[in-house]
Amino acid sequence: MSEMQEKYIKSFKRQRYKVLFFRIMLFVIFIGAWEGATHFKMIDSFIFSSPSRVLITFINMCKSGQIFIHIGITLAETLVSFSLVILIGLGMAILLWMFETFSKIIEPYLVILNSLPKSALAPILIVWLGSNTKTIIVTAISVAVFGTIISIYTSFNGVDTEKVKLIYTLGGKRKDILIKLILPSSLPMIISTMKVNIGLSLVGVVIGEFLAAKAGLGYLIIYGSQVFKLDWVIMSIVILCIIAIGLYSIINRIEKMYTKKISG
Amino acid sequence: MSTGGSMKPILEIGNVTYSYHTLQGETTALNDINLSVLPGQFISIVGPSGCGKSTLLSLISGLIKPDSGSITINEKKIEDSNTNIGYMLQKDNLFEWRTVYSNVLLGLEIQNKITKSTTKTIDDMLKAYGLENFKNARPSQLSGGMRQRVALIRTLALEPDILLLDEPFSALDYQTRLEVCDDIGVILRREGKTAILVTHDLSEAISMGDVVVVLSKRPGKIRKIVQIDMEISNRTPISSRSSPKFKDYFNLIWKELTDNV
Repeated sequence: MSEMQEKYIKSFKRQRYKVLFFRIMLFVIFIGAWEGATHFKMIDSFIFSSPSRVLITFINMCKSGQIFIHIGITLAETLVSFSLVILIGLGMAILLWMFETFSKIIEPYLVILNSLPKSALAPILIVWLGSNTKTIIVTAISVAVFGTIISIYTSFNGVDTEKVKLIYTLGGKRKDILIKLILPSSLPMIISTMKVNIGLSLVGVVIGEFLAAKAGLGYLIIYGSQVFKLDWVIMSIVILCIIAIGLYSIINRIEKMYTKKISG
Repeated sequence: MSTGGSMKPILEIGNVTYSYHTLQGETTALNDINLSVLPGQFISIVGPSGCGKSTLLSLISGLIKPDSGSITINEKKIEDSNTNIGYMLQKDNLFEWRTVYSNVLLGLEIQNKITKSTTKTIDDMLKAYGLENFKNARPSQLSGGMRQRVALIRTLALEPDILLLDEPFSALDYQTRLEVCDDIGVILRREGKTAILVTHDLSEAISMGDVVVVLSKRPGKIRKIVQIDMEISNRTPISSRSSPKFKDYFNLIWKELTDNV
């Protein structure tokens, strides 16, 4: 290895360590300032909670096992909603692709439903479906599903017409175009909508839990704020952050595996 | 290759007319086309761009139907004919999510024809074209010429009786283009396939064809049909280019094309 190359690699590594160092520093300073400010009564720990109080609350709730029920319920609701969003999104996109006139007819309605703030629907859903898990899952689906249908259908339509012609010249029919061309070529797009949807499903579930739940992290947040247990609220938010990161990195891993397979 | 008049044509095109429709109006792409092709013949079609050359291939393959006139293959209408037609498009259109081998299998897969004998044929072709070590590679790892050969094997795997070639070399650089063109010319002659090549490259048309059909500009009409005889034995596209008669044909057809405008 030449001296210049070594120098280049060294400066590259130094840059990476620098970024990592300041990232961690930022976190430490934030937590430290928060803890310090409450310790020296600069802010009221009753309203703002504090890192140590959050940690103690978490340990206590772990001991009683309560927290695992809340996390488990939110996680289960999120995964069910997410799976349904992907299934419904994919199914609807295939239907729209199969029936072009139908898709032209409903296109403006899809756009309206997609741009509607879905939290506005939640109160109606409670009235219609009752204050239960069903409402939470339907709310979460409504948050993510319209965008998913639109993205997947757009990707279906973006398929190269020359490739469509190729399938026909090989004696293929519409079904071959779907199975051999459109689905495999849209797979990267489907995975990337999954990345967006896992987060949106969590958002939808929390909105649903605010309104119609007896357990779950969303319920814990709304209940905690009502009884001024801000430790519960902050702790739930931190756990939601961790869940969001975890779920996202699972999909990210799947995407990486797929790209690796394709590039050999 | 061109044989006596006693042979029955494999393909007959009679008074075919075709127009494209848009909201802005109607464009006649082809007007009153008549052509008959004998088995084993290699036909080159040249003409100015937009003269409906590619449209003619789409009509022969049955992808679109003529407004009027008839196209028969072995004296049967296209939709009733069981003659296999292979079609090579301008781009190789290989699927990046498939390996080279499964790209080659695509046509057989669609037609449910994957058998021991068809895969054996494919293996032989991959070997013959120097691709056997790339069976499990992705299309992006191949050069342009190799990709076009993969596309050719994909087409030939279905054992077509008539092969339609729509400027299949246009995306390649000049040297590769000559090589692949020569390869394919030799292969098709050896296998005695009937082929129709559409191109805007005059030299390519003359070096490969037994017959060159000159189309006029839009609406495309047949302007002239030129029989090519290089007067050399074991003719290949490359050897045709160095034949003394090559230049004469070139000038003749060039004049036909330019008089047009």
